[in-house]
Amino acid sequence: MIDQPQLEGGPARADAGRRHLLRRLRVAPLLLLAGIALAGCNYPAFEAENPADLQGRHIFYLWSGMVIAGLIVGGFVLVLILWASFRYRAPKNDDGAVPKQTHSRIGWEVAYTTVPILIVAGIFGFTLHTLNEVDAMDPHPALKVHVIAYRWGWIFDYLGTNVSIHTTTSGYPQLVLPENETTEIILTSNDVVHEFMVPAFLFGRYAQPGIVNRFDFTPSRTGVFQGHCAVYCGLYHAEMLFTLRVAPPATFSSWLQTQEAHAA
Amino acid sequence: MTVLADRPVTAAEPHGSQGVSGFYKWLTSTDHKVIGKSYLYTSIVLFFLSGLLAELIRIQLAEPANTFLSQQAYDEAFTIHGTIMMYLFAGPVAFGGFANIFVPLQIGAPDMAFPRLNLLSYWLYFGGSLIVLSGALTSSGAADFAWTAYAPLSNSLYSPGAGADLWIVGLVLTGFSAIFTGVNLLTTIFYLRAPGMTMWRMPIFTWNMAVTAILILVAFPVLTGAMVMLFADRHFGTHVFEVTGGGVPILWQNLFWFWGHPEVYILALPFFGMVTEVFSVFSRKPVFGYKGMVFATLAIAGLSTGVWAHHMFATGAVLLPFFSAMSYLIAVPTGVKYFGWIGTMWKGKINFASPMLFAVGFLIFFLFGGVTGIILASPPLDFYLNNTYFVVAHFHEVLVGTAVFGGFSAFYYWYPKFTGRMMREGLAKWHFWGLFVGSWVTYLPMYLLGLRGMPRRVAVYFAGQGFTFLNQIATVGAVIIALSFVFLLVNLWVSWRVPVPAGANPWDGATLEWWASSPPAHHNFEEGLPEIRSERPVWDANHPSGPPAVPAVPAGAPAR
Repeated sequence: MIDQPQLEGGPARADAGRRHLLRRLRVAPLLLLAGIALAGCNYPAFEAENPADLQGRHIFYLWSGMVIAGLIVGGFVLVLILWASFRYRAPKNDDGAVPKQTHSRIGWEVAYTTVPILIVAGIFGFTLHTLNEVDAMDPHPALKVHVIAYRWGWIFDYLGTNVSIHTTTSGYPQLVLPENETTEIILTSNDVVHEFMVPAFLFGRYAQPGIVNRFDFTPSRTGVFQGHCAVYCGLYHAEMLFTLRVAPPATFSSWLQTQEAHAA
Repeated sequence: MTVLADRPVTAAEPHGSQGVSGFYKWLTSTDHKVIGKSYLYTSIVLFFLSGLLAELIRIQLAEPANTFLSQQAYDEAFTIHGTIMMYLFAGPVAFGGFANIFVPLQIGAPDMAFPRLNLLSYWLYFGGSLIVLSGALTSSGAADFAWTAYAPLSNSLYSPGAGADLWIVGLVLTGFSAIFTGVNLLTTIFYLRAPGMTMWRMPIFTWNMAVTAILILVAFPVLTGAMVMLFADRHFGTHVFEVTGGGVPILWQNLFWFWGHPEVYILALPFFGMVTEVFSVFSRKPVFGYKGMVFATLAIAGLSTGVWAHHMFATGAVLLPFFSAMSYLIAVPTGVKYFGWIGTMWKGKINFASPMLFAVGFLIFFLFGGVTGIILASPPLDFYLNNTYFVVAHFHEVLVGTAVFGGFSAFYYWYPKFTGRMMREGLAKWHFWGLFVGSWVTYLPMYLLGLRGMPRRVAVYFAGQGFTFLNQIATVGAVIIALSFVFLLVNLWVSWRVPVPAGANPWDGATLEWWASSPPAHHNFEEGLPEIRSERPVWDANHPSGPPAVPAVPAGAPAR
């Protein structure tokens, strides 16, 4: 330790320079990660739907992150494939000599086994986090709607009221939900397996005979969104459609009162 | 030049098969190569039939609210398209076709362990396939409940027709055919290896077929049993899958996918094995990380029995974190295989003949299907994307990647061996580029359609939904794919009418099948085998002075 100052000569300076380079190289991935994290503030959509409810927003974030991870890992492997394909083509005037017969490199094999394990473990962590957010249920939702799927239509029963909206021969039904309030959907099927899917909420859940599924929607913007059955259920599966309208709470209340009066 | 030409025709054909040819030979031969070719050609004809159905589906979807097909006809078309591709093409072409011909050849065996069972397998497969297809001739049409046949849609109330019954019975028969082939392959690999062919010297293709055979024995009895239960529900008044009477409809989904997910690997592992051979031979290098490749295959097989419920994430009735974690983990051994393949190409001397072209096409195509598979293994993302065209694009990239790119890589690679004739390289390359470009044009728009929320299995969509343009691009891609297969047909025709003899080993192949004549004689290796001292006995025999695997270290040099 005492001798250390004496070592500051030519070779030591080169060593320091190399260390400096190493440090700079180590900074590069950090910068890359930081860049991704900053870009993450805008969460590139990668063509996903603009989420219209809080639960969908969590799924949207996960989608955004997963695509970035997929582009990095997939892009890396693609570059390797293309590099190997172009770099190691047999030359036109090949001498016929056999290339070096490499059977294995245990270090590389250990590396390309362990690194993917770490990557999927990380992805799994993010997945679990999002899953908990999406599946969380409010114990006291503002509204409960019983949704019943059947071949080939929907029944929306507003629990605690006499309001029930059906598919009719004249049109597709509309489910109306209040903005910024949590609605619990209680979902089942009267006949075969269906799926209640709302792309703008980035969400679908099976409606099945003998099984009751429950989940929450908390719409975050008003508008009219498309919904449909997503599990194939027979001849008119393609026309088992509905619309979902998110209204400001006041508008929703007056709509519900009108419907109740209409039904009574 | 061929070994076949100089060999005297002897009376040593023990089973009285000389003089037998044509239709009668096809009907009765127990030679694994004849049965294998029957499997190969039957499954490829079915592949073309299924491809035509896919073209009808794409034409129907080219316009919003199209009436090219009725909704009923559309439902039958996509059901039979999926049925053929999943049950009758991709599996049988691999374990009935390629494995039947090449596993005995690769391990130096004269035939499969049970030649008559092998023939029975083929006839069960052929008969079962005809029975499935014959549903289209009934008055109520073919089965129309999708290839997954979810209960209770597939019961006698919602699907009353005879077409549904023929579908079930046909698939019970092909299920038994698969089980028998699995038994046969496994017994062959365990008991009929030539002296010197230890397990650790088996070619990767043979290894993968051994593991596939185990997976067949794990998965197919479950499917076949479930089919029998479904039939009993329909006709004998049982209530296995009926809510009324105490049954459980979702049991069908569990049983079906307990077969269905191993099935994905039953379809993938054989093709992984084939392209491994191709990468090695056309890079003129041994397989990189041979044992790692085998362990990866075993890991995939083991994990694949514990991931079935990722097809049921949105049911709300499965343990999401467990099945998600298992599904993610499968990416690890698959990644090991990828790096093994890239490592095999690395610093090789790559000859981009048609088999290699298709194999690299597989690598790129399957990569995209694999990455989107990781996305779908996340339950929240699956809530969004399940049963949309995103899933359709994902599994088509996976299955077209393996069974079509991988399958035709193997077809071009081994065609000289099982026919004795070469294919034309120019036509094969046109086939490849048409297929490669057409596939991207078809499937990339489907990802976007899925993200916009287009559900799968819909006969119509409507003009205001924003699906029209992307669907039209996909249809153009499907037409390009169809045209690319014209080059295959022309190639087969030309190679048949103007044969170019292949010789025993046109590609400088490394494994034992390239030691036999092309096509191999009745019991494969009449002139004996080379010494088997590694996983590449033919390479060892043909390159005795090749550089040593470990470079010599000069005396006195420091130890590495």
